[in-house]
Amino acid sequence: MSKSKPVLTSSLGKKLIMSLTGLFLCTFLIVHLIGNLQLFKDDGGYAFNNYAYFMTHFTPIKVVSYLLYASIIIHAVYALILTLKNKSARPIGYNQYDGKANSAWNSRNMGILGTVLLVFIVTHMQNFWYQYKFGTTPYVEYHTELATGNRETIFAENVPADYTGYVTYVNDGIETVKSKDLYKQVEVTFQNPLLVGLYVLGMAALSFHLIHGFQSAFQTIGFNHRRYNGIIRGLGVWIFGIIIPILFASMPLYFYFVK
Amino acid sequence: MSGHLNLTLKIWRQKNTNDKGQFVTVQAKDIADDMSFLEMLDVVNEDLTRKGEDPIYFDHDCREGICGMCSLVINGRPHGPKYGITTCQLHMRSFHDGQTIVIEPWRAAAFPVLKDLAVDRTSFDRIQQAGGYVNINTGGAQDANNILIPKRVADEAFESATCIGCGACVAACKNASAMLFVSAKISQFALLPQGQTERYERAQAMVDQMDAEGFGNCTNTGACEAECPKGIKLTNIARMNREYFTAKFFRQEDVHA
Repeated sequence: MSKSKPVLTSSLGKKLIMSLTGLFLCTFLIVHLIGNLQLFKDDGGYAFNNYAYFMTHFTPIKVVSYLLYASIIIHAVYALILTLKNKSARPIGYNQYDGKANSAWNSRNMGILGTVLLVFIVTHMQNFWYQYKFGTTPYVEYHTELATGNRETIFAENVPADYTGYVTYVNDGIETVKSKDLYKQVEVTFQNPLLVGLYVLGMAALSFHLIHGFQSAFQTIGFNHRRYNGIIRGLGVWIFGIIIPILFASMPLYFYFVK
Repeated sequence: MSGHLNLTLKIWRQKNTNDKGQFVTVQAKDIADDMSFLEMLDVVNEDLTRKGEDPIYFDHDCREGICGMCSLVINGRPHGPKYGITTCQLHMRSFHDGQTIVIEPWRAAAFPVLKDLAVDRTSFDRIQQAGGYVNINTGGAQDANNILIPKRVADEAFESATCIGCGACVAACKNASAMLFVSAKISQFALLPQGQTERYERAQAMVDQMDAEGFGNCTNTGACEAECPKGIKLTNIARMNREYFTAKFFRQEDVHA
């Protein structure tokens, strides 16, 4: 037995990268969901806009967000590398291949589901991340009477030339917050039925992707034990496959049909 | 209640490895439903031979489900429509009169077609040679139970060792991955005291050879486990991954080096 190849060039090493980046993206979903649930607060976007500012300007969060972008890219690139290898491992396909007899549809189509998700992510980043950072997101100003909690919301239709970014101060018991109105951006974006459709489709793809992917990631790491498999499968199906996608999908639907 | 079947066979015929190959339709007439699938092919071959045609080339040996020679993807499934059996254990009563049966060889770059339905599975042999063995001192045979092994562990190793190396896992896998086979071979030694000496070198050497042979990468669909005639479990693949990553990241030899 001779000296073996470096771990990351091997099949198992590449699978490990898929597994670890995938699990990291799963943990991100939880944070992203909890933050975005503030969209359902009926406060004119006060909580959500403050949160959006915090998430884009707090350094540790920024570091994690760059890790996140890297993970998405690495996960997609390695998926492509592995898929091409897998295709070349069977140059001549079967005339008949009865996949449903031995495996679940989503487990065989992770690449298609992942491609749908990638299209979704790019659209999603354009709709909100790009618009928030470089686009035409409007501004909003909140005056909150701290004693009573009464709040007045002022939409700045025309952005003042001297005013960019985010200001918060308290004067005479009244808190003033001026910030970009990402909430408004969400409202406007989800008036487009095509985008609402794409978001719901994206979340359906997420559901099927994670019902297989979450437990598959543990199998790849080597974590497969009778005692814990039930918990892992349960988390993958209920939390990542059902609850998270449904709550995410409810956001565009809420803005399109209710707001 | 035995009956007779008339079947249409769509069979892959290929002169040699370099030939392009094609499907040929053959009629199988008056097939007793008590016959095994291979016996049905024997009858077809006798007929072809009598007509002076080249008989269909297919692998077979023990015809009792223990050698792993017989292959064939039948109507899109390795070893045909039943679970937990090899092709020689598949009987014609699993088909109905007038049915069209599509018969193909295992499809994988690492299993080149030799002729018709027979493929070259020596890539499995080379993976075994890379590390699927133990070094033991020759001499008088040891007394039984000299090395104590817990029953559950011995059973688990035995389960892994039941792999007959037929390649149905590769044939079933949408990625033509050999990880179920390799993991079974790594597991049967990793679990037992006799396998400890080469334990981590073995995992690395066999995975390297598997990659070098051009097998695909597992996506945990579970098709291999479902189609394995011996019921080799996916837990073997998880164990292989543990063995390999432990070897790579936590090598005992490198703790102080």
